[in-house]
Amino acid sequence: MNLSINGESIEFDGDANMPLLWALRDVLGLTGTKFGCGKGLCGACTVHLNGEAIRSCLTPVSAAEGAEVTTIEGLAADGDHPLQKAWATHNVPQCGYCQPGQIMQAASLLASNPKPSEQDSVDGMRGNICRCGTYERIKKAIRTAAGELS
Amino acid sequence: MNPVKQLSRRDFVKTSGLFVLGVSMAGCGRQDKPGIRNAGPSDGPWSPDVFISLDADGTVHIISHRSEMGQGTRTGLTAIVADELEADWERVIVEQAMADAVYGNQNTDGSWSVRGFMQRMREAGASARQMLEQAAADQWQVDVSECRAENHRILHDASARSLDYKDLVLAAAALPVPAPDTLSFKPSEKFRYIGKDLPIVDLDDMTHGRASYGIDASVTGMKYAVIARCPVTFGRVKSFDAEETLAFDGVQQVVEVPAATPPALYQALGGIAVIADNTWAAMEGRKRLKINWDEGDNTSYNSEDYKAQLLSATRQDGQVVRGEGDVTEAFANAEITLDAEFYTPHLAHAPMEPPVALASVTTDSCEIWAPTQDPQSIIEAGAAITGLAPEQIKVHVTLLGGGFGRKSKCDFVNEAIILSKSIAAPVKVIWSREDDIRHGYLHAPSAQYLKASINSENAVDGWLHRVAYPTIMSTFDAGAKRPASWEIGMGAVNMPYDIANVNIASAETEAKIRIGWLRSVCNIFQAFAVCSFTDEIAYARNKDPLENFLDMLGPDRHLDFSSFGQEAVDDYPFDTARLRRVAELAAEKAGWGSLLPEGHGHGIAVHRSFLSYVAAVVEVVVDSDGRWNVPRVDIAFDCGLAVNPDRVRAQLEGSVVFGLSLARDGNITATNGRVDQGNFDDYPVLRMDMTPETSVHIVHNDAPPAGVGEPGVPPIAPALANAIFAATGTRLREMPFGPQIAV
Repeated sequence: MNLSINGESIEFDGDANMPLLWALRDVLGLTGTKFGCGKGLCGACTVHLNGEAIRSCLTPVSAAEGAEVTTIEGLAADGDHPLQKAWATHNVPQCGYCQPGQIMQAASLLASNPKPSEQDSVDGMRGNICRCGTYERIKKAIRTAAGELS
Repeated sequence: MNPVKQLSRRDFVKTSGLFVLGVSMAGCGRQDKPGIRNAGPSDGPWSPDVFISLDADGTVHIISHRSEMGQGTRTGLTAIVADELEADWERVIVEQAMADAVYGNQNTDGSWSVRGFMQRMREAGASARQMLEQAAADQWQVDVSECRAENHRILHDASARSLDYKDLVLAAAALPVPAPDTLSFKPSEKFRYIGKDLPIVDLDDMTHGRASYGIDASVTGMKYAVIARCPVTFGRVKSFDAEETLAFDGVQQVVEVPAATPPALYQALGGIAVIADNTWAAMEGRKRLKINWDEGDNTSYNSEDYKAQLLSATRQDGQVVRGEGDVTEAFANAEITLDAEFYTPHLAHAPMEPPVALASVTTDSCEIWAPTQDPQSIIEAGAAITGLAPEQIKVHVTLLGGGFGRKSKCDFVNEAIILSKSIAAPVKVIWSREDDIRHGYLHAPSAQYLKASINSENAVDGWLHRVAYPTIMSTFDAGAKRPASWEIGMGAVNMPYDIANVNIASAETEAKIRIGWLRSVCNIFQAFAVCSFTDEIAYARNKDPLENFLDMLGPDRHLDFSSFGQEAVDDYPFDTARLRRVAELAAEKAGWGSLLPEGHGHGIAVHRSFLSYVAAVVEVVVDSDGRWNVPRVDIAFDCGLAVNPDRVRAQLEGSVVFGLSLARDGNITATNGRVDQGNFDDYPVLRMDMTPETSVHIVHNDAPPAGVGEPGVPPIAPALANAIFAATGTRLREMPFGPQIAV
C-alpha cells in the first residue's frame, strides 16, 4: 500500500494489520515516535493522521492508507514549530521519552483551538502520561506557544 | 513480512546531536561502529584526563559517565568540568561513556552523582586548565602565575595578550599532567556555570524525535524479541507448543531462556522468547504460544495475606535497632498515649520506556546498547553468560526513558545477551508494559506500628516505631529476612526528634517476589508513617502541626546515628537547623496558618533523605463526596550547592508528581503469585489534570552538594494525608488513598 509520511510517498507491503507505531519504528526507521503502553493509555506514540492526533499503537497501518501521516520528525520543516521553541523556553523535558507524543498532542490541540483555556489544555493533554512529571512545564509551554505568554 | 521499500531504515544506531562528534572529530582516530558515538577514555588528540579531550580546533569533549534518565547528569557533571576548565559551553560536546571502570563508579542510583563526582570533575577541569595556562606561559616566556583562563582563552593581562585554547592544544599536550595536590580551583564567586540555570544538552534532540533511547538502538541484521515469562517468580517452562507462533508472518524462531533460581540477582527470569523481523510480529507470535508452566513455590504468594502477616509482625516486639531510655516506662507514666498502624503496598517503577536492550554476541565479542543505570554490572553479567573476557564486553549506554531504579537491574540486558548468543545474531529484547509491571523488581510493601507518649507537661517523651517489610537484600541473598541497616536508615532509625525514650525495631519477613529499590526507596513508607504520626501527635497535643514539628525537633544540633549502625558521611552531618529552616520556609511560602476556603486543608511533612532536607506543604481540596484534588504544593529544599538550579526545580516538580501518583493510585497486588495489574489502566499514574501548581523554594547555601533526584518524593504522601486530615478530619494511614476518600 502507499503511505504518505511527513510529505513523502512510501510503498509499504508489510502486514496491513501492523500498528502504525511499529511500521514507523521498525520498518521505516522513524524512531521519534515512542512505545509506552500499546493500549492507547499513555500517548507516547501520538502522531497526526490528517492533522489530528491519534495513537499509533492502536492504529493499523491500513488506516493510514490514503491519509497524511505526520510524526515528530516532520512536525515542522525546519524543526521550529512554536511548540518546539516553547518546549525549549521552559526547558520542559526530563528524560524526554514521552515528549514527542506530548508535542504532537499539543500541536493537534493548538491546530483546532489556537487559544486554549487552561481547562482546554488539561482536557486535551490528559491522555498523555509523563512519568517524570513535567506536566506544569508542558502547560506553560502550550500557553507560550499559543502566544498567551511572552 | 518483507517490505518492498525501507525508507531511511537505519542500519546502525541512530545518531544525532550530542552523541555525535561529527566533523570536529574527523581524522582524530576515534572510530567506532558507524553511527554510535559513545566514547572511550583518552583517545582524543589531547586527553589530559579520562573525562576530557580537546581537538585541534579547541573543541572540548567531556565525558558523561553517569546515566541520563531525566535528572540532568549529562548537563550537570559536565558543566562542572567546563566551569573549572573555563571552557566556552558553546564549544563543548558531551559524550556518553561506555561502561569502563576507568571512570570510577557508574552505577547511577542513590542520588549520588554530583556528591560523588563533583570534586573529581573539578580536578579534571582544573588539570586541563593549568596545562593550558602553562602552555601559554611557556609561549610568552612569562611566569604561569601571570596567566589566567577565561572563557576558552588564556590571558596575560600585563601584556594584554591572549590565546584561544585551539592555539595551545598541541603545546599543552606535551606537558606533564599536574599532580593532584598542585591543582588550584576557582573560587565559587567565579563559577561560570555552576549555580546557574543551564538548558539540558539533549533538549533539542528530545523535542525533535532525535534523542536516542535504548528502544531506538539498531544494528545490521538485528532481530526483535519478546519473551513469555512465567507469571510466578521462579516458575519454569514445563512444555510448550509454538506451532501457531511460528506460522505467524514475520516470526523467525522461538528460543527457550533457562529459568532463574533464587536468589534473583539480575538473572534473566527465563521463559520462551519469540524472535521476529519486527516488534509487532514478535508480540503477535507470543500471543499464540501455548505454554505449560511449572509455577513453583511462589504461587502461595497473596499480597492480601502478606499484608496481614506484616501488620501482625508489627504488633509484637521486634529486633531493636535503636533503644534509648525506657519507652515502656514512658508509656506507663504518660498523660496521653496514642498509637497507629500504617500500611503501604507494592509499587512498580513503570518508566515510560519499558526495559529494552540490544545485544550482539559473536564468538569473540559482545556489544550491548542499553538504557542502563549500572553499565559496569553488565560487563560482569555479559562475561558470565558468554564466557568471554570482560574486556570483550562493550556496553553502550543510551539515554534512559526514565529509570527510577528499575534500570539498575540488568535482567533485561541479560535476556538480550542470552538470545543473541543463542541465535548468533543481534537481538533487541523489548518488554511490553505488561511485562514491565508484572515482572519488575517491586518496591516492598510495608507495615508500621507507631506509639507515642505525651507527658503531663504536654511534651512528647516516648516514641516506639516497629517496621516490617521484605528486604531488598532478599534479591541478592535468598535467606535475607530482615531490613538492612541502610533500609532502616531511610527515615526510621534516624528519626530526628528530641525524645528521651525511643524504641525502633524491625521484624522478620520472607520475600516471595523480586524486591527492588524504587526512587526514594524505604523513605517512601517510613516518611509516610513518621510524618503522618507526627501530625497525629500535633492534634493530640492540641498544637499547630508546624509548631508541633519544630517543638519535637528540638534545639538546633547535629545528630549522630553511628551507634545504631548508621554510617556517618563526612561533611554531611544531620543538621536539625537545616531541617527546621526548610519547614519554616515551606510554611511561609505556602501561607501556613492563613484562612483557607471551606473544604481546603494544608498539610506539612518534613524529611531528610539522601543527605538533603525537604519540607512540603500540600494544599488539598475535598468535595462533599470525598473527591480530592491538590491545587498547590510548596516545597522547600536544601541540597547544599545546587549545581543546576533549573534541574533541581525540575526534579522537585517531578517528585511532587511521583509522590502524588503513588499516594493516590500506587498499588501493585499479587494473587497466587501473579501480579494482578498490567498497564496504566489498572496501575494508573498521575496525569495533567491531577497535577498541582508547584513552587520549589531552594535554600541557597555553600554546604556541599547532596542528593536531588529522590529526596523530594517522601514528604509528599504524608503532607497530603495531613492536608486531608486538616480538611476533613479523616486520617489516612494506608496507601494508596484513591481518588475519593470516605468522609
